[in-house]
Amino acid sequence: MKRDIILAGVGGQGILSIATTIGTAALHTGLHLKQAEVHGMSQRGGDVSSNLRIADHEIASDLIPYGKADLIISVEPMESLRYLPLLAPGGWLITSTKPFINIPNYPEMDKLIMEIEHIHNHIALDADEIARKLGSARSANMVILGAASPFLEIEYSELQDAIRQIFEKKGEEIIAMNLNALQAGRDFAETHMN
Amino acid sequence: MNQKLMLLGDEAIAQAAIDAGISGIYAYPGTPSTEITEYVIQSAEAKSGKIRAGWSTNEKTAMESALGMSYAGKRVMVCMKHVGLNVAADPFMNSAITGANGGLIVVSADDPSMHSSQNEQDSRVYGQFALLPILEPTSQQDAYDMVHYGFDMSEKLGVPVLMRITTRLAHSRAGVVRKPTRLQNEIHLPEDHRQFILLPSNARRQYKTLLQKQEVFEKYALESGFNVFSDGENKELGIITTGIAYNYLLENYPDRIIPFPVLKIAQYPVPHSMVAEIYNSCEKLLILEEGYPILEESIKGFLNTGKTVRGRLDGTVPRDGELNPNIVALALGMHDTRGIDIPSIVVGRPPSLCKGCPHIYSYNALNEALEVFSKGRVFSDIGCYTLGALDPFDAINTCVDMGASITMAKGAADAGLHPAVAVIGDSTFTHSGITGLIDCVKDKSQIMIMILDNETTAMTGGQDSSAFGRIEDICLGVGVKKEHIFILDPSPKSHKENLAILNQELCYEGVSVIIPRRECIQTSIRHHKEHQKSEALLSEN
Repeated sequence: MKRDIILAGVGGQGILSIATTIGTAALHTGLHLKQAEVHGMSQRGGDVSSNLRIADHEIASDLIPYGKADLIISVEPMESLRYLPLLAPGGWLITSTKPFINIPNYPEMDKLIMEIEHIHNHIALDADEIARKLGSARSANMVILGAASPFLEIEYSELQDAIRQIFEKKGEEIIAMNLNALQAGRDFAETHMN
Repeated sequence: MNQKLMLLGDEAIAQAAIDAGISGIYAYPGTPSTEITEYVIQSAEAKSGKIRAGWSTNEKTAMESALGMSYAGKRVMVCMKHVGLNVAADPFMNSAITGANGGLIVVSADDPSMHSSQNEQDSRVYGQFALLPILEPTSQQDAYDMVHYGFDMSEKLGVPVLMRITTRLAHSRAGVVRKPTRLQNEIHLPEDHRQFILLPSNARRQYKTLLQKQEVFEKYALESGFNVFSDGENKELGIITTGIAYNYLLENYPDRIIPFPVLKIAQYPVPHSMVAEIYNSCEKLLILEEGYPILEESIKGFLNTGKTVRGRLDGTVPRDGELNPNIVALALGMHDTRGIDIPSIVVGRPPSLCKGCPHIYSYNALNEALEVFSKGRVFSDIGCYTLGALDPFDAINTCVDMGASITMAKGAADAGLHPAVAVIGDSTFTHSGITGLIDCVKDKSQIMIMILDNETTAMTGGQDSSAFGRIEDICLGVGVKKEHIFILDPSPKSHKENLAILNQELCYEGVSVIIPRRECIQTSIRHHKEHQKSEALLSEN
């Protein structure tokens, strides 16, 4: 078993919170893990990505080879497309459709959506909107993780446990909020998978 | 103890240094090395062990402080990014001649592909230049283990050891198992009281000692187990990897069986016998190096009359940039697994100054003040404000090395470019700007220096700035006239006032210093949150 995941977004959007949750669950399951992060200049509003690799065997490279990523998980629609050369044939693209516009030449939304829909296996959802409706606007990243959860080959309960563990100190209310967001994303994916 | 910790390569090095009994760590922040020292600063174990952990003014002062701690017999680590080693080069080169007393490891983190740097120089060249042993870990666990080994070697052989890492190891997380911890050393001064006095007569003797040790260094590299030869059935090709290139090679063989003989190099000087073995038994060689083709050049030789050696020099591997599994696959003649192309509507998203960043208002005022002059007068420096080079500011014309803004503006002013403006951050100013300012004062150079004081080292994540609250005192102290030092508020409401001061000082025929001062928006948010948290705690109690 192996899952090679590209996490994508814009510096400051907190993609590492998704990585941490998957990583915590993977480690608890006894899987091997490598996670290459971006630190430094790009964190200032530039494009950022993280290579998250989990497997039931030793992992060699910190970087995922081109055409081998099983999943692209993106918290921003244009950023989801930047890593397509890494996506394996048949791999899944999970992305939020909420744009982060901090450049003057940001492409037109309908064209972006068209490109995303070109990818056969995709889940596109407005995670911010879903999170806000749940009354937890800050949990959009957990909605995205929930939407990716059917493809992770990690038990859903392991992800739930990971969230409980990570947010333990923040109290029951925050834990429940994140668990709800996770579930909402998963529900969306399950109804849009085909 | 046997539990796996998920650590960045940087953090593995830091944890190992704590476990191996360092008494101090010195550094100047620089991507991708920053997280080593940050980890030690935040470590409860380091605090309880009273390990000296903090930021130095620059890499040179860090290196010298580390050498001083080694002189006193204690174990010590000093960390920097690759270009930081240029700044520390003087003490680094000479530390090879003095040797070490307490164990001394110098960590230099290279940034091939220049993710956050102005060049991709390979620190192994410095290691060879200084004739010192080099360790180049291939994994986070390797990095952890090598720190323990490196301190042992440093103390047994009486020399500093260079550890070279690259971005992908520094900033990638993997499981690391710790070793038993060691006690710190007691103070013990060098037995030879002249060892650290590099008068020519002593230095000649010490240098001969260093030369004699080369053979021992190679023996260590042969016997440590970090350099590994594994035979393969197919002798048409022999592969030599250095550092993390090995991981990319292995990635291309999912069953982990490589048909060719492979020599994995992780410790230098490279043992001749190991290279000879693979060279003699294979028809040709492929060299995979993360960095400069150092080993490739030496195996090929100046005349290249031997067997075919493939690598970065003959184009089998690109001459520049970091490696990845695909580059290695192509070098092995495997097919390209690249997926779908990036759609053409995807545009670049360069980093930018944060919303509300004080630098924005400094550049707005400067740009407006300079409108009446021809372009090309602003000499800038290394930091967040380098982003002033990009749209919408297009405000600066140079960025070369730490401190070069002031001195390059001076040179241009000396050449007759008036006005000439230098733009430098507070931390960069203390790192390498003060000496240049003294030159300007001495020569009464006609330049305007803007020291953008956001009260932190922002680009690397908000580390302490050495001269916090003392920038104008330093300028006064080195002789800038009081009436030509101005503190500005870089915000929209002060724009008119700021503009008037800039217009006035651009005409002044001497050294003027403008200090726009407002805290970095990122550290300000962080401090606000910390403050709220402590308030909440107080009210709970």
